[in-house]
Amino acid sequence: MSEAAVSHYLAEYDRFRDVLAASWPAQRRADALEYLKTHGFPTRRAEQWKYTDVSPITRRKFTLGKSPGAHIDDAPVEKLRFSRLNCHELVFMNGSFCAELSRNLRLPSGATVCALQSNGNAELLERYFGNEEIGHAFTALNTAFLNDGVLVHVPDGMEIPAPIHIIYLGGREDETQPSSMSHPRNLIALGRQASASIIETYAGIPGSEYFTNSHTSIQAQAGARLDYYKVQQESRRAYHIGRTRISQQADSRVDCHALSLGGKLARWDIDAELVEPGAEINLNGLYLTSDRQHVDNHTLVEHKQPHTTSNEHYRGIMNGRSRAVFNGKVIVHEQAQKTEAHQSNANLLLSADAEVDTKPELEIYADDVKCSHGATVGRLDENMLFYLRSRALDEDTARSLLTYAFADEVIRDIRFPEIRERLEHSIAGELPDTDLIKEFMQ
Amino acid sequence: MLTIKDLQVRIENKQILKGLDLAVNAGEVHAIMGPNGSGKSTLASVLAGRDGYDVTAGAVEYDGRDLFELSPEDRARQGIFLAFQYPVEIPGVNNIYLLKAALNAIRAHQGQPPLDAVEFLQVVRQKMQLVNMDESLLNRSVNEGFSGGEKKRNEIFQMAVLEPRLAILDETDSGLDIDALKTVAEGVNTLRNESRAIVLVTHYQRLLNYIVPDYVHVLSDGKIIRSGDRSLAVELEEKGYDWVRQGAKAA
Repeated sequence: MSEAAVSHYLAEYDRFRDVLAASWPAQRRADALEYLKTHGFPTRRAEQWKYTDVSPITRRKFTLGKSPGAHIDDAPVEKLRFSRLNCHELVFMNGSFCAELSRNLRLPSGATVCALQSNGNAELLERYFGNEEIGHAFTALNTAFLNDGVLVHVPDGMEIPAPIHIIYLGGREDETQPSSMSHPRNLIALGRQASASIIETYAGIPGSEYFTNSHTSIQAQAGARLDYYKVQQESRRAYHIGRTRISQQADSRVDCHALSLGGKLARWDIDAELVEPGAEINLNGLYLTSDRQHVDNHTLVEHKQPHTTSNEHYRGIMNGRSRAVFNGKVIVHEQAQKTEAHQSNANLLLSADAEVDTKPELEIYADDVKCSHGATVGRLDENMLFYLRSRALDEDTARSLLTYAFADEVIRDIRFPEIRERLEHSIAGELPDTDLIKEFMQ
Repeated sequence: MLTIKDLQVRIENKQILKGLDLAVNAGEVHAIMGPNGSGKSTLASVLAGRDGYDVTAGAVEYDGRDLFELSPEDRARQGIFLAFQYPVEIPGVNNIYLLKAALNAIRAHQGQPPLDAVEFLQVVRQKMQLVNMDESLLNRSVNEGFSGGEKKRNEIFQMAVLEPRLAILDETDSGLDIDALKTVAEGVNTLRNESRAIVLVTHYQRLLNYIVPDYVHVLSDGKIIRSGDRSLAVELEEKGYDWVRQGAKAA
């Protein structure tokens, strides 16, 4: 199966090599294809993929289509915008930049926020992202087929006050066409003491089948500060593989908010390394699954130097016959004394047929550290339910309220009210009976 | 209003209530006293409709209806209020929104329109003073991070807003210092009226110095073994539960 899939992608590459972005080094594409030929796609025999079978993706012959990024209906884009939030917004359809739907792209002088296709700054790409290892078949696929995405560069000392919102919309209106794929790449570099807020939204035409294989690389230099949001709300027939790699230097801080709400099969890896003292990362995650969805979240945080901090808090709510996976690994390297690393994963099962596999892992090679981790899997608390019902709330309302409150815990501290409200609205859309609890969500 | 006849209740395989009789009329305050393990809290929980209790015999009528036919929320809508011994912390559920939803659910049952935000706030402000409730607690998650006293105060505050016909206070005095106890008791006293019945479940006589009951019942080993007026509570305080237990055996 994997070999057939590799051949398919090699053939696709030959068909489209001439239209792919010229700014991306051909050598990197060649290396990526070589990686794919050598390693193939992962199977469940690999520890990292033990609970997630990617054959539904590799079996399907996704294609870039006749014209990559052929236009699709833009009505869904309006729903994804933050209407009351002043932000810089870049819109992509099936992986290609749509200038006419994007807006407010004027930035403080010296800062770069643009589509990769339009960036001729090879030096910038090389400087920040020149030596990334592949390490992962889907990263190889993204690197080979890289066509567009976003480059963000914030120079030393600069703050970009308005959030940068990147919308990726996938799918097709004509279901007789073959299913499309896109391989967006986001490259984010923050200079020393620079700061920015970035939101990635992945969505699609409802009911449409497509494959999104995204990759984001984040470089935070000394003292940089990034608020990073990724909201995966793909169509319920879509396949989503995503990877976010974060590298942080001294005293930088990254707050990451990860929401997985959509997709038929979704997998998201966050690989973070704290490479200098004082770096801090906070990972907040929420995954909601229902029907037959399968959602896998893998995180890896490596503490490589002393006085680094990580706090990870992931929550999941599973309904129907869905399945979720959480694998959170923290490695504290030998020289990373005075590290503080805390991790927790709480899961709520709403149905008897839903499943979750949770695996927090802590590897500590230093001896003077503060670390904790824990995972829980449970159902709604009977005492809380009874308390609410004894206050005249009917059982469905009480259940919905407790379920929503469990999810909201992850995002209620988001500092932009407009972002928080939009996310709360999206979450409410995925949970049962939330029409009953509207008055609790104002 | 409330008639309990020969109530027998079991938790898993343990018989807790073994034939309890009690009649409560509108306007009355009843105190149910008893040592630990006598079944006091079981009685309160069964009346409010908590899961996990098997009613093996007996009957409870509330306003002439079989209480066990009603879900916990229907009991609340028909005017039964339980002040919890251990109020539950509910992270992420806003205290004041819950109270508004509760009040409007009860009003809907009574055929009254919901209160809008302004009207509701007026009610809240007025009732807060009854129990000296700190305004900052209103917009917090239900009971989350409240001190023991604040939790109990919040229960009585809810009771004041919801204006139940039958209020059951389960060990509301436990864990309160004397000042908090006085405040809570004053709040309860202002809620006493002709149409409302109050059942106080307590271990100690102390609360009854501040909320003077019309009737006192001693519960022991799943049954009411003695009933009287307030003087019974005073006597109990002096002589202890063994005294009534022995008296009951002798009789």
